Amino acid sequence: MSVLQGIGARTTAAVWHLGFATRFFVAVLLASGTSFRRIHLTLREVYFSGVLSLVIIMVSGLFVGMVLGLQGYDTLARYGSEEALGVLVALSLVRELGPVVAGLLFASRAGSAITAEIGLMKATEQLDAMDMMAVNPIARVVAPRFWGGVISMPLLAALFSAMGVLGGYIVGVVLIGTDTGSFWGQMQASVDFKRDILNGVVKSVVFGVAVSWVAVFEGYDSDATAEGVSRATTRTVVTSSLAILGLDFILTSLMFRG
Amino acid sequence: MRDLRFGYGDRDVLQGVNLVVPRGKVVAIMGGSGCGKTTLMRLIGGQLKPRGGELKVCGQSVPALDREGLYALRRRMSMLFQFGALFTDMSVFDNVAFPMREHTALSEPIVRDLVLMKLHAVGLRGAAQLLPSELSGGMARRVALARAIALDPELMMYDEPFAGLDPISLGVIGQLIRKLNDALGASSIVVTHDVHESLQIVDYIYFLSEGKVVAEGTPDEIRASTDPWVHQFVWGEADGPVPFQVAAEPYETALLGVSRA
Amino acid sequence: MKRTTIDIWVGIFVVIGFGALLFLAMRVGNLGGSKLRDPYELQAKFDNIGGLKVRAPVKSAGVVVGRVEKIVLDSQTYQANVTMQMDARYAFPQDTFATINTSGLLGEQYIGLEPGGDEKTLAAGEVIKKTQSAVVLEKLISQFMFSTAEGSSVKAGN
Repeated sequence: MSVLQGIGARTTAAVWHLGFATRFFVAVLLASGTSFRRIHLTLREVYFSGVLSLVIIMVSGLFVGMVLGLQGYDTLARYGSEEALGVLVALSLVRELGPVVAGLLFASRAGSAITAEIGLMKATEQLDAMDMMAVNPIARVVAPRFWGGVISMPLLAALFSAMGVLGGYIVGVVLIGTDTGSFWGQMQASVDFKRDILNGVVKSVVFGVAVSWVAVFEGYDSDATAEGVSRATTRTVVTSSLAILGLDFILTSLMFRG
Repeated sequence: MRDLRFGYGDRDVLQGVNLVVPRGKVVAIMGGSGCGKTTLMRLIGGQLKPRGGELKVCGQSVPALDREGLYALRRRMSMLFQFGALFTDMSVFDNVAFPMREHTALSEPIVRDLVLMKLHAVGLRGAAQLLPSELSGGMARRVALARAIALDPELMMYDEPFAGLDPISLGVIGQLIRKLNDALGASSIVVTHDVHESLQIVDYIYFLSEGKVVAEGTPDEIRASTDPWVHQFVWGEADGPVPFQVAAEPYETALLGVSRA
Repeated sequence: MKRTTIDIWVGIFVVIGFGALLFLAMRVGNLGGSKLRDPYELQAKFDNIGGLKVRAPVKSAGVVVGRVEKIVLDSQTYQANVTMQMDARYAFPQDTFATINTSGLLGEQYIGLEPGGDEKTLAAGEVIKKTQSAVVLEKLISQFMFSTAEGSSVKAGN
């Protein structure tokens, strides 16, 4: 009986949570006018979530591309098709690794920071104070952070992919010595702008929305204590990482089936 | 600021409280921890909705207002939070300038002059470029006070303004509350349990216990009061009408019950 | 952090972000370079197109001259009707021969055009009549096996 009760209680809580998150999402969208009318508020958040993630994204991209170059060369060389290295590196980065890995890094670098910041503002009554000053905290604090994340994420993903291709080039062409012409030529012949690159961009936009949404919601919903904020930060990383991987599967099956 | 009263029943925190805050006066609301003082503040500010009763600020019924009306009303009141609630990502100057920049179209030089005026009033003009993390607790409270008076409110609310301050800062804040209230011609509500400081600065005191007003009067009346509850609170006695023991089963049964088990 | 500093950094960030996107589009993808110049349409019917896919290249003498635009099954003849976008710089004779080839043993399939000797050239929307289907590896193997099996049975009969 108590087991059933537990399941029931958890389900109710989960549905309630989801409903609250959705309502919050709508509230953020409705309160977004301020973020664009006073673009400086949003630019500040682009700085914090985007610019400050630049180094980690670029370095990770470079290394992921270099590993892809090494591993890909090793595998392709067995079938005598080293010239397809560029294709392998570019396709895996543009379609999958770019958006997904950049999304995961973004969630743990910028998402957790957003949650911690909003949670702390809540814990120290800054949000209440703002509300009492007749300033809507969702419009003034939450929405700019949300849009800052949504704007930053696709750019970071594109940078990650570009750095990855460069890393693959460094390993494949400069270090191992496959042919430059076939590296780029084969790549260009089989990477399609619409099918591969644009779909990758769509993915990164979706991930950006998901991560930013989770981050601002967890921050806003956190218990107003130090412990509550730290738990909310953890939840942001876990939830948004799972959301990225789940959404990636759904998007991939919609985009690349057949 | 005339009639301000309500009854309220959410988890029976407040069970029919009646109080009036006249214009130009400083009124203290006192009571033990957890007696609903902060709830009262949030009701006045419209952050919570009462379950019943009437609550009027400047002649407007707060619970009946929609969001816009509430925001319009909130521009005329202001609240000082327990620990200041300064925006940690802005300098002291920007904190005080925040309400002006949000709500007025004043040009930046005027904002600058006004901010320095407000900071000067609390004696912190020299700290304008510091960040809140670089301030002491008392200074942060004073900056928050400067921010609270930025738009010359008609109603000031102070949530535990004396909590966690050393005696000197405490005296400074107390004097500031009194002086600013008189200078602005505003009304002030001070929620506190620091009896001695508030007795010196306020005009009228309400004592709140278990969701009800149990005593009220001017500071002189309170000091002279023979009401046992007020006496216990003012003189800080451990036992009295407010029992030392939290309501529980009789001591004997608890002990015997445990030893038997 | 000063406003102007933030502006500069965000500016840099946005510029290199879009730069990366441009790099992906031009250098990695096929948006730059191999674009067809005001293309015209040609059609060809094949009995079997094997693994030919939309966007596969159309080559003549190894040079990419067009791309496969659309593949549909003609429900009357049960043939595959392939629509190609051809580069306007290249015109092909009426009796051009279209085959489906494979680049390498297991590579992608493409359409190869072998021009004939006709004076008249194919106009936009016309159909290439002479085609050769894709080589289906299974058929090839089974043909080979049957023929060797027949050969050996004839020998055994003798």
